[in-house]
Amino acid sequence: MSGSAIQVEGLSKRYWLDQRPRERYVALRDVLAGAAKGFVRRLSGRGGSATRDEFWALRDLSFEIPRGEAVAVVGRNGAGKSTLLKILSRIVEPTAGRARIRGRVASLLEVGTGFHPELTGRENIFLNGAILGMRRAEIRRKFDDIVAFAEVERFLDTPVKRYSSGMYVRLAFAVAAFLEPEILVVDEVLAVGDATFQKKCLGKMGEVTAAEGRTVLFVSHNMSAVTQLCRKAIWLKGGKLQAVGDAATIVRDYLAHDAEQVAERTWDWPSDGPRKAPGDDRVRLLAGRVFQDAELSGVIDINRPMEIEVEFQVLRPVRDLIAGCTFTNSLGTCLFNRCDWKPNQLGPGRYRKRLRIPAQVFAEDRVSVLIQLVFYDPDVGSVLQPDILHFETVDSDAESPVRGHFKGVWPGVLRLGLPWADAERIPDPAVP
Amino acid sequence: MLEPELVIEAGRTERQYWRDLWRYRELFYFLAWRDILVRYKQAAIGIAWAVLRPLMMMAVFTLVSRRLKLPEGGVPYPVLICAAILPWQFFASAVAEAGNSLVENANLLTKVYFPRVIVPGSAVIVSLVDFLISTVLLAGVMAWFHVWPTWRIVAMPLFLTLAFAAAAGLGLWFAALNAKYRDFRYALPFLIQLGLYASPVLYLSSLTPEKWRLLYAINPMVGVIDGFRWSVGAVDFHWPTFLVSCASAALLLFSGVQNFRRMERGLADLL
Repeated sequence: MSGSAIQVEGLSKRYWLDQRPRERYVALRDVLAGAAKGFVRRLSGRGGSATRDEFWALRDLSFEIPRGEAVAVVGRNGAGKSTLLKILSRIVEPTAGRARIRGRVASLLEVGTGFHPELTGRENIFLNGAILGMRRAEIRRKFDDIVAFAEVERFLDTPVKRYSSGMYVRLAFAVAAFLEPEILVVDEVLAVGDATFQKKCLGKMGEVTAAEGRTVLFVSHNMSAVTQLCRKAIWLKGGKLQAVGDAATIVRDYLAHDAEQVAERTWDWPSDGPRKAPGDDRVRLLAGRVFQDAELSGVIDINRPMEIEVEFQVLRPVRDLIAGCTFTNSLGTCLFNRCDWKPNQLGPGRYRKRLRIPAQVFAEDRVSVLIQLVFYDPDVGSVLQPDILHFETVDSDAESPVRGHFKGVWPGVLRLGLPWADAERIPDPAVP
Repeated sequence: MLEPELVIEAGRTERQYWRDLWRYRELFYFLAWRDILVRYKQAAIGIAWAVLRPLMMMAVFTLVSRRLKLPEGGVPYPVLICAAILPWQFFASAVAEAGNSLVENANLLTKVYFPRVIVPGSAVIVSLVDFLISTVLLAGVMAWFHVWPTWRIVAMPLFLTLAFAAAAGLGLWFAALNAKYRDFRYALPFLIQLGLYASPVLYLSSLTPEKWRLLYAINPMVGVIDGFRWSVGAVDFHWPTFLVSCASAALLLFSGVQNFRRMERGLADLL
């Protein structure tokens, strides 16, 4: 088993940005009206051309991935990682260049794609398997393994809308994991699911590459997962190849040079461009912001409180909307998550929610924020945007810093200002 | 064993397309199965819905036509109407569901690759299943009015195939237009409604003036409905009409597939 599994030569993808902003979609009436206008213009001899901006999501990308290797793709949001995976899994067509692929490709761009909430676990295994390209006989053969891996034996005949989100993700991953493709393309699936299951998935993926000689292409913002799982990494920056090489080195360089402070990120809605607000027909994420002392800030003093602001558009009446933030440090370790479990019942419109984080939580580091807008009953993830905000956390000369008067390296990924009670005098048995 | 090499390049999907379609043939079945399962799980009256809809339509149309004293032909009016409503319902629902299928499955289409034609294709199959269930109604109505089937009934699948081709062709056109121009879906129900009057559901196609008859048959449903009526012994067979309808359905299907294939390449960017 030698040679390359994926060979990419000069791959490019261009998107056109329409100059008309705030246009949700191409409307037939506008096209007809535009054609009529153009006709009149041509008759009157006045030439006018609509200007469009081009945007290269990928530019002249070339690399090769040997068979049986697990390779990570790292880069900021908008660096072209998702576009690359979408081209390799044939969802979109490249504008130029080519990719040669040897073997069956299975892409896990989002777990549970094609799951239908009304159908039972059993029915969804067959449906999802077929969508991922499995034959019915193949699914039947692997059915028991899938069920055992997902640990959902008792709920096989329950509609998945009654599943917990953990069960849902387990089942979805299991179907894809048993697809046994020659090339597995994985995008951020590990952002969900509990820690034990994440470990199990990582184990399964490691097993797939090591024992079965399969190729894995892995996109993640979790740098510790990247280094654990992959030996090689590809670093994309602005749609171009920045570096290829040993995963540990690439991750270190990427964190050192491509890291950024993002105190605010906004999206357009309605829109159809690359800045289209993420979400679905229920809710769209419009903005995320980091505040300290009522000001946008990319540098946060860990001894003062701060706020994360989430702005979103509700498109139709919703109930049980859960906003949440996950905070991750520069090593990719999840620090904590906080969801709002109040039964948010909201009508259509724009909303803003703020999460207040008290003083003395973070250690000095670079923190990334994932924003999620999800629903329960049934579990539907409308927005799950990893890594959209970044801020540096710095210590300051506070009244009573956690580190006290010590100026060296302080241990711990968090720096919680937990209260120490005063010393209490207790009876000493040695003293009569 | 190594699978053959796959080359991804701008404008190169054509070669693998039909091979992939064969490889994903079971997905047709699974997507149709999903939609049928979900539909009948959610509807309280379940499978009866497929029969109830044409039954109500037939009752209304029969009442209206009695008032208007429309000519009956060789068989009682309810049989005449029923033989037209069933294929029409199939056609209308297949075109509507296929037309909306891409937008409804946008989530799937932007996440996984498979030949996209499967989505509108399986929507047509769902309507076909509904049609097959609703043939119970035709059998019932024929028995009630003592209209016994002759050997002509065996030709019915042929006319059904014609309806299938026409519905798939138009459905593919509408699916493509719907994905590209999102306001098209507001026009869709109106166009289908218009089609009802442009097809001989409420009346007999022989009512059209002789000189317009061939032009009229460009609507493939003219050939389909005439065929169904002929199968139950209601009207005479009119070869020229039938052939024009066949040619028109074939053209519709061919152009529908061609246009769909063109649109499909950029589909994930559109949705």
